[in-house]
Amino acid sequence: MSKATRQAFGEALAKLGETHPEIVVLDADLAKSTKSELFMKKFPNRFFEMGIQEANMIGVAAGLAFTGKLPFLCSFGAFLTGRFDTIRLSVAYSGANVRLIGTHAGVGIGDDGHSQMALEDIALMRTLPEMGVFQPMDARDTELLMDYLVKTWKGPAYLRLTRQNLPNLYPEGHAFDPLKLTPIRNKAGKTAPVVLLGTGGTLCEAVKAHELLATQGVESEVWNATALKPFDAETTQKLAKAARLIVTVEDHSVFGGLGDCVAEAISRLGQHAPLLKLGIQDQFGESGEPVELYDKFGISGQEVARAVHSHLQTIKG
Amino acid sequence: MQTNQMKTVEELTALSREFREWIIEMLTEAKSGHPGGSLSAIDIITALWFAEMRGVESAQQLAEDRDRFVLSKGHGVPALYAVLAKKGFISKEELKTLRRTGSRLQGHPDRRRLPIVEASTGSLGQGLSVAQGLAMGLKLQSKKSLVFCMMGDGEIQEGQIWEAAMSVPKYQLSNLCAILDQNGGQIDGPVSEVMPIEPICDKWRAFGWHVIDIDGHNFSEILQALHEVRTRHERGESKPVFIRARTVKGKGVSFMENKIEWHGAAPKPDDATKAIAEIRAHR
Repeated sequence: MSKATRQAFGEALAKLGETHPEIVVLDADLAKSTKSELFMKKFPNRFFEMGIQEANMIGVAAGLAFTGKLPFLCSFGAFLTGRFDTIRLSVAYSGANVRLIGTHAGVGIGDDGHSQMALEDIALMRTLPEMGVFQPMDARDTELLMDYLVKTWKGPAYLRLTRQNLPNLYPEGHAFDPLKLTPIRNKAGKTAPVVLLGTGGTLCEAVKAHELLATQGVESEVWNATALKPFDAETTQKLAKAARLIVTVEDHSVFGGLGDCVAEAISRLGQHAPLLKLGIQDQFGESGEPVELYDKFGISGQEVARAVHSHLQTIKG
Repeated sequence: MQTNQMKTVEELTALSREFREWIIEMLTEAKSGHPGGSLSAIDIITALWFAEMRGVESAQQLAEDRDRFVLSKGHGVPALYAVLAKKGFISKEELKTLRRTGSRLQGHPDRRRLPIVEASTGSLGQGLSVAQGLAMGLKLQSKKSLVFCMMGDGEIQEGQIWEAAMSVPKYQLSNLCAILDQNGGQIDGPVSEVMPIEPICDKWRAFGWHVIDIDGHNFSEILQALHEVRTRHERGESKPVFIRARTVKGKGVSFMENKIEWHGAAPKPDDATKAIAEIRAHR
């Protein structure tokens, strides 16, 4: 079973709409792609088609929030966070309780190319005070996170979702806490020499790398970050103290994303494992097959395993 | 709901003169700020808060069904602070803290510190969108409240304004009124030279707004226009209202009138003495 997190989001939103009359949804002519159409079909009176006007949609959502509504405003992450000044002033500085939904994260969208790929959205949203930044790992995580964003989280939040299907990786029986790193592949009580951290679309690549490395005699463990802000610095620091190498894998610029969340957390330590940041390295995205692009940009399981090997060599050397 | 006690033109004139004095005083004290656009806006803001807006009588508690005022041209906020001080939302004494560290009276409206300003503004072009959201939310709740949004004429060069101008009529928000404080000046020069915006009334009419064209310093015309907004809404009209208010930048202080250099420069104590003497001479 695999599902895109945008699909899981749309389903969860339509369900939450039944019990939360304060939820209203806005979209900028992408309801079919963001899956907000699932809510629209069920609650047409609480859905607002805002046309291709992302900036206006952001301001309108803030105004709706000031009258007590809980607006979900949806577009591609690249277009939404591209209206940064409007989010900065009308939403963040105004303290508007809105949920910004950015789909089509990263090079994982494939064919459409750079202009449609959200690659700097996490970095942008993390700089705004009080803005929560979340990226679920799979369908189950999305469903639980949506519940949390409606019932628990206060203030603005950005939710980053994938176009592509993701395998189920949420650990069975795990007590949900989006603000803590989630162990995906590890042995209790002992930190492996290599710690792989994934988020969103790259978590499954981190798991593939973990399996490949095992066949090559390199022991590793895998963790997931659903919250990029607030970031679980405590767990990260523990891992960085015990491991020999810590590796972040993300479908986002290496500037300001998961890699930098980890860098910020461990920079306070006197001693920590070196950090290898894998992601989009100071370059633009491009059109192509998602699988090929993950290889090309060095974030596929195989490329991650290769990078780990070569980095371990340099540490030894 | 408490209704605003209708003030006479004479009373409003006296009030706005007092506010002009306070604007000069607070900007002089702050040593920075925007006198030109505050003085061009003050007559309309006075009429709104002292004659037309409902549910803003009590400063103790914000009424849910109050009319809303969004100052999209955030740099004109000293005019709003003067009115809020008279209304009791802030104290007269607090006006002296404008732009000071820790003050609620930030250089541009800050909804976190002072909720009655309704929206944090200051990056131009955003207030009308927020006002649209307020109007949609109030309409969803079947509230009769009106939302007034004041924009500057330089401000409407921003693209986001035209997104909202297109969007508001789609949602038939007759509870929303956009007011243009057309004082003709912006930082780099006359609006007509920096980036022409005319024919402004035709443009808004073409976008689906009911347009009213007034002298923004004539209280009879202001009151009539604002009242028309409410009667149209109560009558069930569908179009939102756009009021083009022709104003004078720096109005009421002769040496500031239509002088671009007074857009964003605070008066020195000598200037202030001169300005206040002139305002008082008219009282």
